[in-house]
Amino acid sequence: MRNAFIDELTLLAEEDDKIFLIIGDLGFGVIENFEKRFPNQFLNAGVAEQNMMGMAAGLASAGYKVFVYSIGNFPVFRCLEQIRNDICYEELNVSIVSIGAGLSYGTLGYSHHAIDDIGVMRALPGMTIYSPADPIETRRALRESVSIQSPKYFRLGKSGEPNIFNQTSTVFPNWTGLTNGNDLLVLTTGAITNEAIEAAALLQNLGIEISVVAIPVLKPLAFDKNLVGRFDNVIVLEEHSTSGGLGTILSEQFALNGVKANLVKLGLPDYVHHELGSQKHLRHHFKLDAVGIVDKVKQMLGN
Amino acid sequence: MSKLESREVALLAKASALQMTFASKASHIGSSLSMIDILSVLSTGVELATNGKLGNELIISKGHAAAGAYAVLAHSGYIPLDLLETYSMDGSSLGGHVTSTYVPVINLSTGSLGHGLPFSVGRALAKKRLGIEGQSFVILSDGECDEGSNWEAALLASHLELENLSVVIDRNFLQSLKSTEDTVRLEPLAEKWLAFNWDVVVVDGHSHVELHEAIFRKSNRPKLTIANTVKGHGVSFMENSVPWHYKSPNAEELASALNEIGYSS
Repeated sequence: MRNAFIDELTLLAEEDDKIFLIIGDLGFGVIENFEKRFPNQFLNAGVAEQNMMGMAAGLASAGYKVFVYSIGNFPVFRCLEQIRNDICYEELNVSIVSIGAGLSYGTLGYSHHAIDDIGVMRALPGMTIYSPADPIETRRALRESVSIQSPKYFRLGKSGEPNIFNQTSTVFPNWTGLTNGNDLLVLTTGAITNEAIEAAALLQNLGIEISVVAIPVLKPLAFDKNLVGRFDNVIVLEEHSTSGGLGTILSEQFALNGVKANLVKLGLPDYVHHELGSQKHLRHHFKLDAVGIVDKVKQMLGN
Repeated sequence: MSKLESREVALLAKASALQMTFASKASHIGSSLSMIDILSVLSTGVELATNGKLGNELIISKGHAAAGAYAVLAHSGYIPLDLLETYSMDGSSLGGHVTSTYVPVINLSTGSLGHGLPFSVGRALAKKRLGIEGQSFVILSDGECDEGSNWEAALLASHLELENLSVVIDRNFLQSLKSTEDTVRLEPLAEKWLAFNWDVVVVDGHSHVELHEAIFRKSNRPKLTIANTVKGHGVSFMENSVPWHYKSPNAEELASALNEIGYSS
């Protein structure tokens, strides 16, 4: 997803000399081509996120469309007040790009796990949150976002995510159906969508048909009440804490829209975990992989 | 309105700031009196860019000195004078910390410290990349130098050789509860910025001649002017007083303060 992002940004920069990429001393093997081609639209701000984000606001106020690239929590938590006061308060066109959503940097530990970012970013006024599920959707989200002049947050996977969508499937911010089934609905977002698709295939072998629907924009949310209303059982799957993420967002919408379905949140527990390992291992550990989803579906359906 | 000389602006602004904090019962008069000479020299010495345009632009990082800032900007013709009467009143466009929202010459809404310099580094860098002339003028408080974000910005500004950045520290040696040196020692302050490879001068922060020469000097490095000031300057009972960081004058105190600064309406 990071390569798709930077490739698309390079294409955009070819057309627009106001695209400006700032990196927080990260992006080895990813950003070099952009830097080489557009040295006047690039800056490595060093390991200094507060200044990086304040400076991004300054550049945006001067007319640049600024993209701030970093990983995990770094472009969110260390510089949260700069995002709030310098970017949101001034309503500036800064896109914050975090590579390594969720447990992408699994073995590096909780310091690198971006698992509470949605909860924080959604609280900021006027912040658009993109959470694409694959490289294709990443490119489309980026291209779509350029026309939006306000603050944006991109929550992206790291690398190696398979393509799920075809070139035309996402119409932002609408939800995208990936499998069709009437037994249960899985609402999900981001790279973990792939686990739900895998679960749907496994369940099909057991005669259970589920719908998997990916949500590419978490804020503002295009709540699809008609879709949700068709199901008695809904699972929200996310690579994020169950406190403050997609599950929280959808719980609110269920309540506000009078949706009566049983809702189960599959995400990371609301305590600091100390489990180390690959993304695959951690998803399995927290029962967020295809097997974990299958078990939860069977449990909800009483199988 | 014909343009006033910086000393005239400063005197009128000090009087206005005193009246504004009296009428609104709002603070920060001590910080305002400390900064007014600096900002008066700046606002009368150059045509400041407005509405976010690039050029000679003003960023007031010590946003709490809002009464003083607004008073100077009104008396130097950047905002309507009658607006000052609404300072910190319900529904006003002039709040207790400077905001860009209603004041076209303010480029960043501040109030939380340590934000002005990083933002200005972005503006200065943009001008450099776009080939646009003009200085980014930033006013910092000295207590604000506790914030790490300033030092991150100081490091990058000199790395990027932002010669179009002119920063003034309002060095009144007093922060929220005590002297800066008793809180978190800043000295030797000039040497710190010199070590960051800035062009540093130290001046009397109430001498308009010294301020003018320092703020508008040319250099091939980012410039810092340490303006030695007195918090509450010009009003004996407010000078160097922590409580006057917070207090607003009553009618009697207002009259005697106006008298002390030599203002007659």
